[in-house]
Amino acid sequence: MSLSFNLTDEQWQIKKSVREFAEAEIKPHVQEWDEAQHFPRELFAKMGALGLTGVLFPEEYGGAGMGYVEYALIIEELSRIDGAIGLSVAAHNSLCTNHLYQYGTAAQRERFVTPLAKGEKLGAWALTEPGSGSDASGMKTQAIPRDGGWVINGAKNFITHGISADTAVVLAITNREMRSRGISAFIVEHGAKGFLAGKKENKLGVRASETASLIFEDCWVPKENLLGEPGRGFVNAMQILDGGRISIAALALGIAQGAYESALKYAQERKQFGQPIFDFQGIQFKLADMATQIDAARLLIWRAAWMKDNKQQTTRESAMAKLYASEIAVKVCEEAIQIHGGYGYTKDYPPEKHWRDSKICTIGEGTSEVQRLVIARQLLTS
Amino acid sequence: MKIIVCLKQVPKNDSILRINEQGTWIQDRDLTYEINESDQYALEAALQLKEKHGGEVIALSLGPARVQTVIKEALARGADRGIHLEDATLDNLDAFGISTAIAAAAKAEGFDLLLTGLQSDDYGYAQTGVIAAELLGLPHATIVMDVQATDGGIRVKRELENGFFQWVSMPAPAVLTIQSGINTLRYATLKGIMAAKKKEIKKLDAAGLGLDTASLTPKMQFRRVYVPVKSKQTQFLEGSPAEVAAKLIEKLKNEARVF
Repeated sequence: MSLSFNLTDEQWQIKKSVREFAEAEIKPHVQEWDEAQHFPRELFAKMGALGLTGVLFPEEYGGAGMGYVEYALIIEELSRIDGAIGLSVAAHNSLCTNHLYQYGTAAQRERFVTPLAKGEKLGAWALTEPGSGSDASGMKTQAIPRDGGWVINGAKNFITHGISADTAVVLAITNREMRSRGISAFIVEHGAKGFLAGKKENKLGVRASETASLIFEDCWVPKENLLGEPGRGFVNAMQILDGGRISIAALALGIAQGAYESALKYAQERKQFGQPIFDFQGIQFKLADMATQIDAARLLIWRAAWMKDNKQQTTRESAMAKLYASEIAVKVCEEAIQIHGGYGYTKDYPPEKHWRDSKICTIGEGTSEVQRLVIARQLLTS
Repeated sequence: MKIIVCLKQVPKNDSILRINEQGTWIQDRDLTYEINESDQYALEAALQLKEKHGGEVIALSLGPARVQTVIKEALARGADRGIHLEDATLDNLDAFGISTAIAAAAKAEGFDLLLTGLQSDDYGYAQTGVIAAELLGLPHATIVMDVQATDGGIRVKRELENGFFQWVSMPAPAVLTIQSGINTLRYATLKGIMAAKKKEIKKLDAAGLGLDTASLTPKMQFRRVYVPVKSKQTQFLEGSPAEVAAKLIEKLKNEARVF
């Protein structure tokens, strides 16, 4: 076993370049986008030019051909400035596009992965329904064969890019009796007849990332749009989530890092009783705990990402990284507000938004409770 | 067009600055580094000229092993290859010594344009490009805001004082010092970063450049670096308004020396 915590020169450069991009292209708009719940669709073209919309996919499909370690660094850096953008890039890359890449045929990859990886098109991934969240296999959306294709009926909920996506991967029941082994994945394109965007959610945080419901009313898709083997959709979706959870962990890490940096700076600038508040041990202890928790989360994420890049099963490690990073992110952001005092409760300083953004990380792509279940099951099998 | 861009690695502007124990400069161990700001605009100007007219962009940097990150960053942004001048005898040179080394490397390489930033963010001498031009016997222009290729030469826009500008036509090869903010810097793309791994970085030392290092001994040295001491003195002037005004003017003139 080799053990190294040193990023390569290239990984440092990726981190630096994404940081420069986030600070110049995202930071000036964070508050405006958040307050207006504006999803900056135009940013995807710029991120596409950098390679951020196709991080994990080979160059032949328009991607950057990177691994999960680089991917986690990118999501962390984007989320350090704006968790909403980190979430959108994560959902586009490791859920929608990755499902198409992992389980698509060569023709499907060529047709759908390439424009998504280049940032020309935007992706969505639709698993959750109004009545099924953690119990994803309890979905009701159904696809039945008709006229050389499939007809989809049902509704999906809390879907990132539900309105703006050009390409959606949709999970639907194709054989009800087989339960979770009777679920298949379908590619549905924007504009398909019977494919409607529902209401846009008015959210607590990550407000610049569009979240909406999807409605399928006799939506017909050709048979070529079946993605992966019939009946394997749910199993494949769970494997996609193993990777997706690394990105949500990185999202949480970036949010925590942003809040921590703000608190560290403020503690050195803010004077009370004639000295910077950093000089008070009460504040030092908070910052020491925050820095330690952030580092521990980063190491869990890097381990899961490294294992994924080395083709190892990461169900347990991804869940651990996601669980820990998301829970400490909420705590770190709350402490960052506390260090900022009254100013932390206003929109004049970043931690207020970081805190609101952090909460989604303990819920999306598997709640903390589901992560604990996943980890516990792995304890019995490994 | 073959363009050499000189890139200096300087302390990041948010680095913790502490004076070293000898009191002669800032403490190295507290520093993180970046590419000097105006050098970044020089690199961008070179890349844009290459995109328009073809040719090659070479990133050149002088300093210890850590300056390789500067060269790699330039390669990731689109420079074709790098030259690293690395030699312990070339550390701690003054502007003349650095310019001599750069001029030697540039002469050996050959070029149409040698670009530097206007000045460095640490020492701020604004001399490297000018001295290098003199040593190479080439024309130069400073505080350049735009560069256009013409038949057999270039046309450059210079910034003068008070909002005035000047267009100058000059032959190539030439040396230009580039002003900050004249173009939009590009980001290193993921593909660019990976492509940079395969690009050549040539290492040169003092012997390889044929330099007589004894002659490069700094002609200038720092005696003491210190943080300006804040002081405040209050004096109350008494008398009639006319007398107070006269005393005030006398003090401003002879003590505060503001006139």
